[in-house]
Amino acid sequence: MTKIPVTLTHNGAERAAFADPGQNLLDFIRRGLGDLSPKYGCGQGSCGACTVTIDGETRLACLTLAETVEGCDVRTAAGLGQGATLDPLQQAFMDHFAAQCGYCTPGMLVSARALLDRNPNPTREEVVEAISGNLCRCTGYDPIIDAILSLAGRKASA
Amino acid sequence: MTRVETVATTAEAARILSDGAAYLGGGTMLMRAVNAGTAPPRLVRTADPVLRAVSARGDTVTVGAGVTMARILAEPQLDFLHPVARAVGSPQIRNMATVGGNLFAPHPYGDFAVALLALGARARMAGAGGTRPLDDLLRDRDRPGGLVEAVEIPRPPARAFRFHKVSRVKPRGVSVISIAVLAPSPGGKLAGVRVAYGAMGPTPLRAAAVERVLEGGRLDQAARERAVAVAAEGLDPPTDALASGWYRGEVAGVHLGRLLARMEEGR
Ligand SMILES: Cc1cc2nc3c(=O)[nH]c(=O)nc-3n(C[C@H](O)[C@H](O)[C@H](O)COP(=O)(O)OP(=O)(O)OC[C@H]3O[C@@H](n4cnc5c(N)ncnc54)[C@H](O)[C@@H]3O)c2cc1C
Ligand code: FES
Ligand code: FES
Repeated sequence: MTKIPVTLTHNGAERAAFADPGQNLLDFIRRGLGDLSPKYGCGQGSCGACTVTIDGETRLACLTLAETVEGCDVRTAAGLGQGATLDPLQQAFMDHFAAQCGYCTPGMLVSARALLDRNPNPTREEVVEAISGNLCRCTGYDPIIDAILSLAGRKASA
Repeated sequence: MTRVETVATTAEAARILSDGAAYLGGGTMLMRAVNAGTAPPRLVRTADPVLRAVSARGDTVTVGAGVTMARILAEPQLDFLHPVARAVGSPQIRNMATVGGNLFAPHPYGDFAVALLALGARARMAGAGGTRPLDDLLRDRDRPGGLVEAVEIPRPPARAFRFHKVSRVKPRGVSVISIAVLAPSPGGKLAGVRVAYGAMGPTPLRAAAVERVLEGGRLDQAARERAVAVAAEGLDPPTDALASGWYRGEVAGVHLGRLLARMEEGR
């Protein structure tokens, strides 16, 4: 099978790897780049567990063809913290018990970070809208919404 | 195994499509098929800037087929389409889903196409394909028909256009029914009324009976009652996991009536 070389920026680092024809970006990030933070929930665009940002916009990695991110800036939840230093959003998720099984968490974090970067002072309604493409089967959403709202009005992180 | 060809222009892409390939827009529908192993073996895409252009000339706005729902929401000149784009999917889907792909999205999808159909938009085809009324394009969209390059949308007069989507899950959910109404009344009387539904048939379609009873009159309570009475006339709405065809037929009039009442009050 012909492999397709893909070079991209992944969480700030220049990376290159081979994609298979027809391989989706989720599989490419997990197997090709070894970043296991985006999760496979449905492969159909319904759950948001695979949410990443491409050139600053949230996208679903399972519905993105890997070879189409050539030259793009791709970010995942793994790029949020720095070693043991958590992003304030990750800390807020811990403080508000916003993760139970944790499967939805990386996608939630990416959607929430994108919201706060764009709109540092969102209303509850805007938070609900921003995570409306991310399903959580454990928490009932309130702890997640509270965690995100606890950062509203604070300066966006770098 | 899926192969994707990237070409420079829409004309080249159209040529490859006529050889049996499928066009890769935002991929929100097509990538599901790729993941499931049911996509056509050949896909084609192009970064031709014409697909991403938005322009206005006179009363017509032209929107490239590759424009996303998020981009529609970022364009002040497309404000009459904002409630429609906002009704499509989730934030992630809106960052990916294109106008062109929406014209081909199967039931219960295609909310944006419903609005375009009511607005009387035309599809401009790539290559030497000319333009086609959306009515025609939607009718035989299952047959290979080339690449849509852009849609040409007549801008509706102020307060003459309304869109409403009914779904069970909020803020995000697919359509039980979606309704778009264009009801201009230039000299006090309705002229050029167009009413379109989504999720009421295999493709977005027009409610001919409703248009007939509204045309030439005024938008008042009597007209509304006549419209409600024939809301689902001649239609055979589909049954799916969200609603039965019977239910869709029963509630179509209720939702149409509410939409018309809001239009009448200018709300
Ligand atoms: C979770 C989820 C939720 C969704 N919710 C909604 C919703 O609420 N409302 C709604 O309307 N839709 C919804 N959709 C469906 C879909 O996202 C949209 O209809 C979208 O606009 C399709 O566009 P696309 O660019 O992603 O299409 P693609 O997947 O790229 O293409 C779809 C089809 O159209 C063809 N095509 C694409 N562009 C062109 C063109 N320019 N010319 C000719 N053929 C073309 C392709 O070959 C393919 O057959 C949802 C999808 C998902 C996965
Ligand atoms: S795995 Fe991508 S949306 Fe569910
Ligand atoms: S914490 Fe389990 S799915 Fe959200």
